[in-house]
This record gives sequence, C-alpha cells and structure tokens, in this order.
Amino acid sequence: MQISVTTRTRASTIAGIAALALIGLGLILPAFASRSVIQDLFFILTLLTLAQLWNLIAGYGGMVSIGQQAFVGIGAYAMFAGVILWGWDPIAAIPLGLGAALVLAVPMAFFAFRLQGAYFAIGTWVIAEVTRLLVAQWKTLGGGTGTSLPREATADIWGVKAIAALLGLRDAAARDVLAYWLALAMAVGTMAAIYILLRSRNGLALAAVRDNDNAARSVGVDAARLKWAVFLSAAAMTGMVGALIFLQTARISPDAAFSVTTWTAYVIFIVVIGGIGRLEGPIIGVLVFWGLQTAFADYGSWYLFSLGLIAIAVMLFAPRGLWGLFTDRTGIALFPVQRRLTTTSQGDSRNG
Amino acid sequence: MIWLDTIVQGLLLGGLYALFAAGLSLVFGIMRLVNLAHGDLIVFAAFLILVVVQMTGLNPFLGALIAAPLLFAFGWLVQRVVLNRVLGKDILPPLLVTFGLSIALQNGMLEVFSADSQRLRAGPLESASVDLGPVTVGIMPLLTFASAVMVIFALNQIFYRTALGRAFRATSDDPVTASLMGINPASVFAIATGLAMVTVTIAALFLGMRSNFDPSIGPARLIFAFEAVIIGGLGSLWGTLLGGAIIGVAQTVGAQINPEWQILAGHLAFLAVLLVRPRGLFPRAVD
Repeated sequence: MQISVTTRTRASTIAGIAALALIGLGLILPAFASRSVIQDLFFILTLLTLAQLWNLIAGYGGMVSIGQQAFVGIGAYAMFAGVILWGWDPIAAIPLGLGAALVLAVPMAFFAFRLQGAYFAIGTWVIAEVTRLLVAQWKTLGGGTGTSLPREATADIWGVKAIAALLGLRDAAARDVLAYWLALAMAVGTMAAIYILLRSRNGLALAAVRDNDNAARSVGVDAARLKWAVFLSAAAMTGMVGALIFLQTARISPDAAFSVTTWTAYVIFIVVIGGIGRLEGPIIGVLVFWGLQTAFADYGSWYLFSLGLIAIAVMLFAPRGLWGLFTDRTGIALFPVQRRLTTTSQGDSRNG
Repeated sequence: MIWLDTIVQGLLLGGLYALFAAGLSLVFGIMRLVNLAHGDLIVFAAFLILVVVQMTGLNPFLGALIAAPLLFAFGWLVQRVVLNRVLGKDILPPLLVTFGLSIALQNGMLEVFSADSQRLRAGPLESASVDLGPVTVGIMPLLTFASAVMVIFALNQIFYRTALGRAFRATSDDPVTASLMGINPASVFAIATGLAMVTVTIAALFLGMRSNFDPSIGPARLIFAFEAVIIGGLGSLWGTLLGGAIIGVAQTVGAQINPEWQILAGHLAFLAVLLVRPRGLFPRAVD
C-alpha cells in the first residue's frame, strides 16, 4: 500500500474544469455582450484582483494593511506620468504602475514590518496618506484637483483599432473591451499565481508563519524573507491594477486614486464577507458586493448604511465569511490547499 | 517671535487632538480595540449636542452635560451587544465591525442631518482672546487645552486610584487571569467604552464650537487621534496628551513654512517617532 500527499479532491477537479470553461467564456464574451455588461465585469474583475491580493497579505500572510490604496494611487499616477510627461502609449505605461508600487513598497515594508498588529494597520494607513499628500503637490499632474488623459493619447491606444474592426464596435466601446481583457488577464493571472504559491512549500510556510511566527521559525521557515516577498509582490500587482483602473476612467485625482474607502475598506469588506484566508472567499464577496450595489445603489446613502450593518452582522453571525459558513457545513473546497493523506492500492506490489 | 506664537498655537491645537484621542487611548489601552468609528462617533456626539441645544435652547456646555449620559449608555450598549462578541487575538473582526459602524454612522447622519455644515454657537466666547505677554491666545483654544488636561487627569485618577481602575489595568494586562480574580472583562469593557463616550462628548463639544462640522469629517479626526495614541504609547494617558501636542506643533510649524504642508507635517512627525520608537514613547502595557 502506498501513501501519498495530495490536495486534489473531486470537487476541485470539477471546479478546475468549470474555471477553464468560464475563462474561455470570458474571453469570447465581448463578441455578444453589451457594453454595460463589459463595464460591470471590468469593475468586478478589478475589485476581485485587489481583493485576492489583500487576501494574500492579510489572510495568508497575517499582515492587516489598511494602506493598499497607496499602491493603487501610485500605480495610477505612474501610468498618467508615463502618458502625459513622456508621451507613452497608455498600455505600455501600465507596467510603470507595477514599478512605482514596488519602489514605494520597499521603504513602506522597511518601516511597517517593525510594527505589530494594530500599529501595522495604522502605520500603513498614515504612509498612504503621506503619499496622497505628496502626490497632490505634483503640479504637472494636476496637483490636488487631478487631471485627465489627453485626448490624443486615448484616441489611438494600441490594439483599440484592431478590436474595433474585429468586433465592429466604435472606438470608445473597443477601449472598454481592451480594458476588460486586461482585467480578465490580471484576475486570472493573480489567482493562478496565488493558488500555485499556496500549494507549494512556500505556501505551507506562509500559513505556518501566520498561525505562529515562532513555531514556524523553529522548524526552519525564513519568516522575514517570506513576508517581504509576499508584501512586495502584492504591492506591485496592486499598482498595476490601479494603473488599469485609471486607464479605463481616463481621469485621476489624488482623492479618488488614494481613496481609503474604495480601494481598501470595500476590498476588506469583500474579503471578509466572502471568507478570509481562502481563494473562494473574495469571489463570493465581490459578487455579493456587486449584487448589493446594483440592487440598492439608487437608495444613495441608505445603501451604504445597510452595507455597514451587513458587515457588522456577518462578523457577528458568520465570522469566517459566507464561504466559510458553506464549507464548514459541506466540507467542499473548490480550490483546496489542505494536504490530505491518501492510500493507493496499486502501490501494493511495488512496496511488497 | 512668530515661531514662539506658532509653537504655542500648535500646543493648544494639540489639546484638541488629545481630546479626540483620550477615549481612543482608553479603549485601545484596555482591550486593544482598533475603533475605526471613533471619528464618526465624535461627529455623532456633536450632532446630538446640537439637537439638545436646538430643542432646549440651552448653551452648548449644558447641552453636552445632557448628551454625556446618553452617549455613555450608547457606548455601553454597543460594547455589550456587539464589540464584546468580536474581541480576541485576531484584530480583523473588531476592525471590520467598527468599519461597518463607521460607514453606517456616516451615512445615517447624512440622511438625518444632511450634508450641511453645522456649528455649536458659543456666543462671544468664540472670538475672545487673552494677552499672555509675547503671545495672544484665543480663549476657546485655551479652554480646549485645559479640558484636555483635566480629562486626562480625571482618567488617570480613575485608572490608578479606584477599584474600577484596578480592574481596567488588570484586564488590560491579562483578561484571563483578571477573570479568575472575579473581574468580569465583558462588563469592565462596557464601562470603559461608556467612559470613552463621555470623553468623546467633551471632544465633540469643542470640535463643534471651534469649527464647522458635517457627517463626512470623522475619518480625518480618527487618524489624528490614532497618531496621538500611538506616539504616546499603549495605555499611557499622559503620553496621549504629549502625542497630541507633538502632532499639533508639527502641523502649525509645517503650515507656517507652507500652508499646504500642515497635515503632511503632522503625519511625518508621527512616522519619525514610530521609526525611532516602534511602540511609542511611554508604553505602559505590552501587546
């Protein structure tokens, strides 16, 4: 009898096939979906990516940051700088967002990793505020009031003409399709990377550090190196998503780009409602968030009022989130990372 | 001479921040609760005082006297019913609950009181000033600073001279052992939050008399308050006063150099202190 370690379950095999089918459907969707559906999906996919990244650092890494808006903002501003100051194509300028966020993340990590728990949370928030105030001094990019992408730059973005011709759309709609495809690629890429990380040795080490720092170190895990790696990669990717979001809106201001409510509070809401520390959580969370928004957005502040009460209720009655509630009852995990021992009978003859 | 004036004004501004922070320092020190709704609770208290003043025609100081017990009860109830159930080793559940409370409060107030700026009228007191030799200071900032010192002094007396204060400190150090000695952490926490809401009432009184307020200004007040608490060190109330003063002076000095740098200078001072002392200047308790 042979014993092996596996993470695969029947549910995960089905989920894997379904995920591939969904990605395929997502790719060809612009051929028949309306523009507003594409815009909604862009919104969902970018928020989902941000939520997965926050889930990675907080849910798996144990670093509760409320300063992620710093990376969204700096990434978006780096993209605008590339377009406005150096005349780059907006698509080519998106990776600038990644670079800028990385450059900001290094000093931020140096500083914040000295702090624990609540101090870490507040410290990251203050750094994000400082970044916002400094960027607001940058007069060539509009200072405190912000600026728009120049019309010449948005008129001929790489690939827009080809998409317009291919799908028979006008330029504005083709721009949305392009942004949507990029958002899809980022969401799928981020989730795949996180899933692969979590199933690797490093993923196991990361969970060990989160659950008990000292115990993890005593069995030889290099906790500091892991935290650095996770924090920096999440920051860089967050910057790139920020650049993409503001490519689509084509207008930026410090208050919008560094909004703690939109880019961190709502993201935390999504992760925690869905279920923190699991890959399925943010997916459920973003669907709930979007559903609430479409259904009740007309009620203005009463909608946000209820959102606040829902956050409180979920924490009181389902502290592990909606997906946690479901998986505790059924034991089903779509993207399992739990290692299980299984026995296979074919090993009998070999092992004698 | 202009610098002396700047520093004095900064110290007095620091008194307001210390008032914002006193309640936060209390709950953060005792139960490690990161209350993201603290700023909105200050604004909520200011609106409550305004309603009392408008209904009774009393002056704001007496209005605050009526509002205080109501807010004590509110804080006690929120802690008992909601916050006690999510406190634990993990800081995320209370973070999300208080974030939910913050969003709900902000938008609830927006619906009820509208986005209009309001103010608590204090009559001639608002613009009165007193000549202190080289500098002239407003009566209102002076009164704010004096109240901050009194609030911190009173809290310290409770903390170190009463049985309740002993229970606060014991629960802060180790809730499990404290409960073995017959202390009920749940009710200690509820009283602490109630007390914090009384200091919030005083902070709201001065916020409302010194400047305009509307439902959206809570979060900015929260971040100053947190900076003051963290600079001072966990559980140190006098440290919180000093923290407020450091933020206040940094802000006025920054504004003196360039008006756009006021808020930035405060944040930078906070980061500088934290860089040197990651646990603040005078931490009383350990995390």
